[in-house]
Order: sequence, then C-alpha cells, then structure tokens
Amino acid sequence: MPETDAMILKVEDLAVHFPLGGGLLGGKRRTVHAVDGVDLHLKKGECLGLVGESGCGKSTLALSILGLQAPTRGRVLLDGVDIAAPGVDRKARARIVQMVFQDPYSSLNPRQTVRRTLEDPLRLHGITDKAEVDGRIEEMLRHVGLRPEQAARYPHEFSGGQRQRIGIARALILKPKIVVLDEPVSALDVSIRAQIINLLLELKETMELSYIMISHDLGVVEHMSDRVAVMYLGRIVETGGWHAIFTAPRHPYTRALIAAIPDPFGERPGVKISGELPNPLEPPSGCRFHPRCPEVRDICRKPPTPPLGEIAREHEVRCLRAAELA
Amino acid sequence: MKLRANLVIGGALFATVVVAGALAPFLAHTDPVMDANLMNAEVAPGSEFWFGTDAQGRDIYSRVLYGARISLTVGIVSQLINTVIGVCLGLSAAYWGGWWDDFVNGLTNLMLAIPSLIFALAIMAILTPGLTSLLIALGLTNWSYTCRLSRASALSLKSQGYVQAAKVLGYGDIRIMLTQILPNILGPIIVIGTLGMGGAVLAEASLSFLGLGIRPPFPSWGSMLSDARDQITTAPWISIFPGLAIFMTVLGLNLLGDGLRDVLDPQSRARTA
Amino acid sequence: MSGEALLKVDNLRLDLVVGSRRFGAVKDVSFSIGRGETFGLVGESGCGKSITALALIGLLRAPLAFGGGRILFKGREIQNLPGSEMRKLRGNAISMIFQEPMTALNPLSPVGRQIAEMFVLHKGATWHEAERKAVEALANVRVPAPDRRVKDYPHQLSGGMRQRVMIAIALACRPDLLLADEPTTALDVTVQAEILELIRDLSAAQGTAVLMISHDLGLIANMCARVGVMYAGRLVEERAAQEVFRAPSHPYTGGLVASLPLLGARASHGRSRLKEISGVVPAVTAFPEGCRFNPRCQARTEICIAEDPEETALPRGGRVRCHHHA
Repeated sequence: MPETDAMILKVEDLAVHFPLGGGLLGGKRRTVHAVDGVDLHLKKGECLGLVGESGCGKSTLALSILGLQAPTRGRVLLDGVDIAAPGVDRKARARIVQMVFQDPYSSLNPRQTVRRTLEDPLRLHGITDKAEVDGRIEEMLRHVGLRPEQAARYPHEFSGGQRQRIGIARALILKPKIVVLDEPVSALDVSIRAQIINLLLELKETMELSYIMISHDLGVVEHMSDRVAVMYLGRIVETGGWHAIFTAPRHPYTRALIAAIPDPFGERPGVKISGELPNPLEPPSGCRFHPRCPEVRDICRKPPTPPLGEIAREHEVRCLRAAELA
Repeated sequence: MKLRANLVIGGALFATVVVAGALAPFLAHTDPVMDANLMNAEVAPGSEFWFGTDAQGRDIYSRVLYGARISLTVGIVSQLINTVIGVCLGLSAAYWGGWWDDFVNGLTNLMLAIPSLIFALAIMAILTPGLTSLLIALGLTNWSYTCRLSRASALSLKSQGYVQAAKVLGYGDIRIMLTQILPNILGPIIVIGTLGMGGAVLAEASLSFLGLGIRPPFPSWGSMLSDARDQITTAPWISIFPGLAIFMTVLGLNLLGDGLRDVLDPQSRARTA
Repeated sequence: MSGEALLKVDNLRLDLVVGSRRFGAVKDVSFSIGRGETFGLVGESGCGKSITALALIGLLRAPLAFGGGRILFKGREIQNLPGSEMRKLRGNAISMIFQEPMTALNPLSPVGRQIAEMFVLHKGATWHEAERKAVEALANVRVPAPDRRVKDYPHQLSGGMRQRVMIAIALACRPDLLLADEPTTALDVTVQAEILELIRDLSAAQGTAVLMISHDLGLIANMCARVGVMYAGRLVEERAAQEVFRAPSHPYTGGLVASLPLLGARASHGRSRLKEISGVVPAVTAFPEGCRFNPRCQARTEICIAEDPEETALPRGGRVRCHHHA
C-alpha cells in the first residue's frame, strides 16, 4: 500500500463500560470494561480484520462504530466528525457506515420482500423517484449476484447464501464508505463460504469500500484482511499488516490463536495456552494476558498495563517482552 | 393448508352473529323497543313469536337480533381500544426500556391486580350509563394481557439482526417499531384480541345485567337477562335466548381465537415454511 | 485396522418421514471403526452426519426413522435392539458428546452428581463411592479444583468447562466408542484446542474409539486417521485424512478443499480468488436424481444425471462414490 493512503476512520481511546449490579437494593456497583481504550484507524479501500475470542470486546467496538452502542469515553472520527457522539444524526451516519450481519436468517425481516428491504432505506434517505429507486435496486441485486425478478420474493424463499447476498445488498444500497462485516460467513455452509468471500472482495473494489471485519476464522481473516488487530479483554494487544501478523506474530496471545487452529497436516508448530478468559469484572493486574501466557515473567504481573509499542513500521505489540520474543 | 375445525366452527358462529346484527332491521319482526304490547306478555315461543315475548310483550327474537349489534359494537370497539393501548405501551416499553419500561410494567401489574370488571364497574358508576361510557370503561380496563404479550414478543425481536439493521440504516424508533417489529408480533396479538373480544361481550352482559351498562329498554343481552330474573321459572325463554346468544358469541370468538393461534403462531408457521 | 472392527455400519439407510412419503436422508452409508481408532465424518448441514451418530446410539426420533442396513457393534447387530437393551449400551459401551453442553446437562443438578449418576447407573456403585469417583473424573478432564467444582451447577461453568464435564460423563464408564458431534463448534479456538487435545489424550489412554463429527475439514483431518466425507446423505469419499487434503478424489471434496481459505495459504502462495462451488446444498426433500452432487459438479456428464454411482475402491486405499473420480 502506498504511503499516501487516506485515512477514512479513526477510533480514538474508545471505551465502553457496562455497569452491573448495584441499584436500589444496594450492593457494590461493578463495571465491565468491555472495550477499554482502543485506538484504531482504517484507510480507504482497506480491510481491517478484528480478531479475538468471545468477550474480547470486538463486537462492542463494532457496535460503537455503528452508533448502536454509546461509548463511555473516546471518539470515532470520520472526516473529523465524531460519529459515535449521541447527538449525531442517525441518517447521516447511515450513509457512511453500514453492517453485514452474521446470521442470514435472523437478519432479514421475514415479513418484507427483498424489494421492500431495499426500497424503504432509499425512500427514507430521500430517493423517491420511482425510476431511480427501481434502477438502484436492480443494479444492487445484480452486484450481489441475484436476479432482479427475485426482488418480489420473501426471505424464506432463499437459501442461506442467497440471504447473505440480500443482507449485503441492504448494507450497500445507500452506497456507504465503510462496511462492518460481523462474521460474514461463519453461519454459512462451508461450500457456500467461498462465494460470499469472493463477492465481498469484488464489491470492495467495485464500490470502493473499506471493511472492518470481525471474524474468529483466522483463515478467512488472513485471506481478506490488509491489516489485522488482535483484541484481548477489551484492549488491542497486537496490530499490524496481515503478513506480519500471520508470519511473524509477536504477542504470545496472537501466537496462541494461530497455533490453536487445527492444522490438517499436523505440521504447524506453536505455543499452546491453557486456562480460560479471566472474569472481566476483575481483570488481571499488569498485562491482562499474564495468567495464561506461556512467556510470563514476574514483571508482567505488576501494574501498569504495558503500552502498545511499535516494533516495526505499522506493527504494534502490547507486551513487555516484545523485543525478546522476536 | 388444512382448515382447522375450531377455526371453521368459530368463524361460522361469529359470522352468524355479525350477519344477525348487521341485518337486524330486515330480519326482525318488530321494533325491539317500541313494540311493547302487554296483551302479548310472556307468550311462549311459537309460530308468531319465535323466541316468545317478555313481560312487556316485546318480541324476544327481534330483541336478540338487535342485541347482537350492541354486543358486537362493545366487543369490537372496546377490544380495539384495549389492543391499541396494550400494543403501544408494550411495544414502546420493550423497545425503549429504562424508566419507561419500569413505569409500564408497574402500571400493567397494577391493572392486573384490580379485577377488570370491578374497575369497569367503578368507571361506570362515575360516568352516566350508556354505550359510550361502556366502551370507555371496557376499553380502558383490559389491555394488560395485550401489553404483556406485546412487550414479551417485542423484547425477543429487539435483538434480531433486522431490527439492528434498520437502526444502522437510519430508521427512526417509531418507524422501526411499526415496520420491523409490529408486523412480526401481530399474530399473537390478533389471537389475544379475538379472545378478549369474547371477554368484552361477557363483560358488557355482566355490567348490563347489574344495571350499569346498557339501560332498558334498549336491548342488550345482559339487560335482557337481568329483566328476566323474576320470570326464570315461569317464562324461562325470556332468559334462555339471550343467554344462548351470549354463549354462542363467546364460544365462537374463543374457538376463532384458538383457530387463529394455530394459523398465526410463529412457531407452527416456521415449521411449515 | 486389522482384525474385527469395533463398529461396522453396513448400507445404513435413514429416512425422513413426511406424511406418507419417505426421503432417504442417509442412504447406503457404510464404514467401520477399529478399536481405539479415531474416525471422522465431515460434511455440511443436512448431509446426514449427525443423524448417523444418533442412529448409532439409538436416539433417532420422528420424523426420522431407520430405513434399512445394519449396525454391528462388537459383532452384534444393534439397529433393532429394544429400548431397555439399548439403554444398557448407551452411556456405558457407547456414549456421546454434543455441540452445546448446556442443553445436554441437567441445569438443576450439580455436575458432580451428574457424573456420579453414571457410575451408579452402569457400574452399580454406591452414591458415596460414585461421588468420590466423580471428583477423579473431573480431575481427569483437567478441571481445576475438582473437589470444589463437583458442587457447581452447569450455569456456573464456562462453555469450555461444561464441555469438559460432558466429556467426563461420557467417558465415566470407559466406553468402547465415543461419538463426538461438533464438540467444539460453540467454543473459542484456544479452548477448542484444549478440548481436542483432551479428547485425543483420554481416548488414547482408555483405548476408546472416537467417531468425530464436524463441518470443519481441517479439524477432522487434524484429529482423525481416516475421514468419511458426506454429501446429501451419502458417503462420497472415505480416505486417509491427509490424502483428502492432498489428493481429493471426489469432485465435492476437491471443490471443498479448493474453496477453503486455509491458514497460511496467502502467506505462502499469495492471494488468489477462492474456487467456488456453485449452487446450494439441497434440502433432504429435494435430493437430486442420479449422483446427488451432479447439479453442482463441474465434471458432470450424462451418466451422472442418469445413474447413481456405485462405490469404487481407490488403488491407494479408501473408497469414492463418483463416475469420474480423480
């Protein structure tokens, strides 16, 4: 990628905290730090892969970017405007950032035809001329590999893969700049996934989109992403270009994630980690990964949390021992 | 789709009542209020008076036909009011949550704690008896079940992808509730509305029976029953026919509601789709 | 595997009964598993892999029905065993773990008691004795602090811990055969890696044979020596696991392998468009005539539409069901 790549989205020190317990009957009021100070940027035309296990905060982060979850702290800047702020116009945001959902079954309104699913948003955003509406719907359906005459049908008349195409069409009908892909293929049959992955990559070029993709399937992330951010307990622990992340991961957690993928040939070496995600109400002191880390030293257990440090250009790692672990 | 027996029988019974009420002026033999003739008082059912006559000599057949109008008006209108209130409160409470949800929940529990008939009685005691008052009294006291149902159904849909997608597309809250959530919870609401209609017909009869609903001489099935109390042993037909009319209407509505449940229930449909 | 097979499935047919019609949800499936062997069944949703497992353990329920063939367990036909006989076998000689352990565990009973129940039921142990064994069993599946964990209810445990409890229950009576139906699909990758290792280690230590069922070809190839690939109710290919990846014989297997964005592929070969398998997975009620893969197959000829292919033995071992196999 050339140096001059325009920044399209910038997430600054974003945090989302959920209060738990407490209330009228007393009790200690506790807070889950679902996202705890995340800095990210997205360049025009790039696909940023967001990986991490359940509870790492990647979904909450995505919801904040979409304006569905108000952040406790921090900003999501798009062309200098904070689009996560509570006062931002929903419609203005809708024309910039859209989402493709994981489950193609629950993400389409069963009572609406494909046509209505695509037509309503257009009308809502002021495109009311019948010829233009028809034209845009037809063009969009062709873009996602559906026939225009299928617009009269209801979701239950389609297969899972086709439904996902409808979901993609809905996300793109307003011509957004950024699309958040939430596990876009994991609910699909294995033999259908390649179709959707190829489609998404094609659309990225033809419609000049930028993606933020959440996925736990590292094979898909490697295939689709330009850059990757790895999250653990609400924080980014490593971020870098896809090649660096997959060929020279530096954080022990990133290494463990890659090592955990079953290798069909049984050849992939790597560190195995044990234990499970700690209670997010009481995150470990110091480096949050230390209880599971195979490379842990005493220093890792002591506060403060290590900062995200740059170890190469565009490759940052949140690990005190990053230099030693090369 | 296979037609179900309860749907067919319930529909037929309800349709009979609707037709009877609608065509009452053509089907009735006499004016239900004006044609009192003490000479014909308490005539047993026969060829002239099909259902017999009451103590004032009015034709019960004609009065039962006209009574259908009142029962249906009360049943349909009051239940419509209940449904609108219940759906608005339940849907918005589920969608917005927070203090509004707490408030609606509290109000619903309060309504459920007061027997709705007693509540309606109190309202009727304040208002002047009559059709409008009856509609208000019954329309304001029976929305709690609809509200609870709407809230529960809407809660389970709120996190569905298509509701989220609508938010991301910039839809306003009201638009999301009306276009995304409401159409998908309508089935059970129609069912409970139909069943509630039967309840409203009964409630109207009870209030009128107690003298707080439709006042004599206007023919309401409940007030007809009330009038017939003294003659129940000597002229049982005076109470039997309005009683039967109530029975058929409520049974019809309940069967219809059950039948609609089988057809509209999202789970049973999901399996056939 | 030499000598007598532990499990032999012979031309198994399972029907989906809709009114008076019977659809062959599984048709002519044959395979065998040797003592202590790990055999994998891989396929997409609706291919019949899970109902095959249910048939083996006698848990087939309407609208599914046994349609023909034989299931031989230790040389004894078990497909028509009466319920009481099957119950003696189930949980004792053959046991099963499921995808979502929460639904398979009793939410109102402490997990220790649920494990202990197996010893009481099948081994005639006293409750006191069984509870002690339950602690051992939990320690065996590497649950930390097992003496305290036995008193926990399922909802108090994480997904990974619940799956360990399921494994402890399934292996309590040292069964000869363990059926594992997508045992890690609901889990995070690092937890999945641990659970797979646990299954591998324990089955090896106890000499338990495992029938591993998954949609994840990589996982199956990693875990199993031999793999059966199922498509639309048929076993289309049965091979040594790594052969399936290196030199797939059936066009479906070949297409599937080529469509997967395998981890490491982009780093070693660069990004190329994924090969797609066209079309959709057919529903059980609409399996095509002839070869069931023919509408989606690139190698299709007249004979594929006209004739259902027979199984052919491959020169280097294994079988394939295709007119034009590689």
